[in-house]
Amino acid sequence: MDAILLQILNGFDKGSAYALIALGLTLIFGTLGVVNFAHGALFMLGAFCAVAVNKLLSLDIVTLSETQTTAWGTPLEIRTPYAEVWFGEIGSVLVDYSVPLSILVAIPVMLIIGVVMERGLIKHFYKRPHAEQILVTFGLAIVLQEIIKAWFGANPIPQPAPGSLRGMIDFGAAVGFEAGSVVYPLWRLVYFLFAFVIIGAVFAFLQFTTLGMVIRAGMADRETVGLLGIDIDKRFTLVFGIAAVVAGLAGVMYTPILSPDYHLGMDFLVLSFVVVVVGGMGSLSGAVLAGFLLGILQSFASMNEIKQVIPGIDQIIIYLVAVVVLLARPRGLLGRKGVMES
Amino acid sequence: MIEKTSPRADRILLLAFVAAVLLGPILLAPFGAGYPDLLQKFAIFGIFAIGFNILFGLTGYLSFGHAAFLGVGSYAAVWSFKLLSMNVVPAVIFAVIVAGLFSAVIGYISLRRSGIYFSILTLAFAQMSYNLAYSVLTPITNGETGLQITLGDPRVLDSVSNDGGLPVTNLFGLAMNQTWETALLGMTLHFNAGFYFCALLLIAAFYISMRIFRSPFGMMLRAVKSNQNRMSYTGLNIRPYMLSAFMISGMYAGLAGGLLAATDPLAGAERMQWTASGEVVLMTILGGAGTLIGPVLGAGIIKYAENVFSSFNDQILAGFFDFLPDSLASALVWAASAFVGDGWQLTLGIIFMVIVTFLPGGLMEGVNRIRKWHEQRQRGNDLSSCSAKPAE
Repeated sequence: MDAILLQILNGFDKGSAYALIALGLTLIFGTLGVVNFAHGALFMLGAFCAVAVNKLLSLDIVTLSETQTTAWGTPLEIRTPYAEVWFGEIGSVLVDYSVPLSILVAIPVMLIIGVVMERGLIKHFYKRPHAEQILVTFGLAIVLQEIIKAWFGANPIPQPAPGSLRGMIDFGAAVGFEAGSVVYPLWRLVYFLFAFVIIGAVFAFLQFTTLGMVIRAGMADRETVGLLGIDIDKRFTLVFGIAAVVAGLAGVMYTPILSPDYHLGMDFLVLSFVVVVVGGMGSLSGAVLAGFLLGILQSFASMNEIKQVIPGIDQIIIYLVAVVVLLARPRGLLGRKGVMES
Repeated sequence: MIEKTSPRADRILLLAFVAAVLLGPILLAPFGAGYPDLLQKFAIFGIFAIGFNILFGLTGYLSFGHAAFLGVGSYAAVWSFKLLSMNVVPAVIFAVIVAGLFSAVIGYISLRRSGIYFSILTLAFAQMSYNLAYSVLTPITNGETGLQITLGDPRVLDSVSNDGGLPVTNLFGLAMNQTWETALLGMTLHFNAGFYFCALLLIAAFYISMRIFRSPFGMMLRAVKSNQNRMSYTGLNIRPYMLSAFMISGMYAGLAGGLLAATDPLAGAERMQWTASGEVVLMTILGGAGTLIGPVLGAGIIKYAENVFSSFNDQILAGFFDFLPDSLASALVWAASAFVGDGWQLTLGIIFMVIVTFLPGGLMEGVNRIRKWHEQRQRGNDLSSCSAKPAE
């Protein structure tokens, strides 16, 4: 039982990332009708917001030590981050919490990137075939990842979680199992909770605000909403911005789990497309459900007991599920009629 | 959209194509692309793109998993080298057959859906093949290391030539890495056996693709692209046509994969990754999907960029700009170095976005537009000289 619980927990952090990216993707599908192959790149850009903030905060001043020397007899170099020089104790906390702090930076940055992308490029592709949308956004994804590679290099850049959130948590003891039976990294739980909050916020925004209502109406029938005298284009630009922010935040918080590198986006893109298709194109709840489902399935498939019975299943389970779902239920798990069907 | 064609125009196009391919080592030498390695890649990826175009250009079905067939073809060819002989002919035949069977299975399942769903299905299958080739199928694919020929291979047909070194691939005794070098106008020309083997197959591939484009079968595929529903309402079952097109393009990809192994007997799983599938899509689109010559052109440009742009370093760039004042030249070198060398993919991405945005028909559409504009201008001149057109 505790083994199963552990696998479910294991599935949550990956599932959360899948769900968050897929949520944005399907929001864009549903409203704008655009197949955005650059969405993985947005996830990667978010992750690199965290890298950039961390780099900025840990910019340091080098002083030579008066008491300590190196093995060669020269004075030891001591590096002190500017943040500590200027703010003392608070400064070192700032450096420690650089990943969660990056959220504050990532929100405006991703919003701007999203809006610029939509106004500058995507809006010209609303009426063009899906194949061309795929191709142009694929080109954009290449450009974005090459820019990141030029600035940050090709190697993964590890981002530490804050010290207080770095350790393991005895999850088993908390839910009434034997102590030490389910031990789990704390940051992964944080990621899951974070994803939960973001998903909840997006749903609440769509459900309870007037703007959200207009967007949902636009998803159902764009033309009619336009005929009601609502400037739907402006709303849809915002939708794209929101999707970019969601993908970016998912990337920021994922950095302590997986060190970001320039092809992080492409790696997650394929998987998140599969998630969207399994969930049902244009269905927000489908994307979230499929994201968690596939994340959990993947973590079960990577259990040794299962790998021994069906070797290699952990590598292909997601694609296998996608093929089966597509063939059995073409609209996906929670797909609606008429979305992306031509 | 049916372009005006005539058997005569086709014959001229074919002749020009044959001449251009056979004279490749001479024509491309001034551009620094006349060396065997790159010429072989031009021919091989030309075949790959021609095959992809038969599916995408004619039917509009965008497959994102074609690299899988390329990889399968490579593995099949290397296995033929290991088990049968180092002769390339059985290897290539074997590669085409295996890729054809493989694409029949994947096509049969994927073609149940269309549009974006088809793209995702092919992508899923290709990623599955890639992951399996990397992990579980290691006995067949040799996992991360990639499949190579070794001295211990059985090679039942020609195990005699064991002189210590690894045997080279050959065509009935003609080694694929055999190269004749001559000097012409200060350039060194390389005439490579491997390239000419690939070139002949490229010409054959081009000819077959031309026949398919002009055949009733090709018309049927175009009809599927323009309106699938109407096709179904006329009582036609389009499934067999689509499956044939998918298989043909899969066999082309297998042929390309087999040739990759024939010129360099090594097969790795990274050939099957989805970004490799993306590359062939780029080639076809860049040159012009649905045109005969476009995919070859696109493949040539992308492989040229990959091999030549990526080798540019700051020194070569400085050579370009050395006629400018120093400060301006170094600024230009700095700006340009972002787009070449390691950054050549950035250039590729930008070119690609520009092409898709402004010239969705690819470079061939650009050529056609210029030609049309030219014709119209000429006709305009003719008209102005004769009397006014009668009203209808």
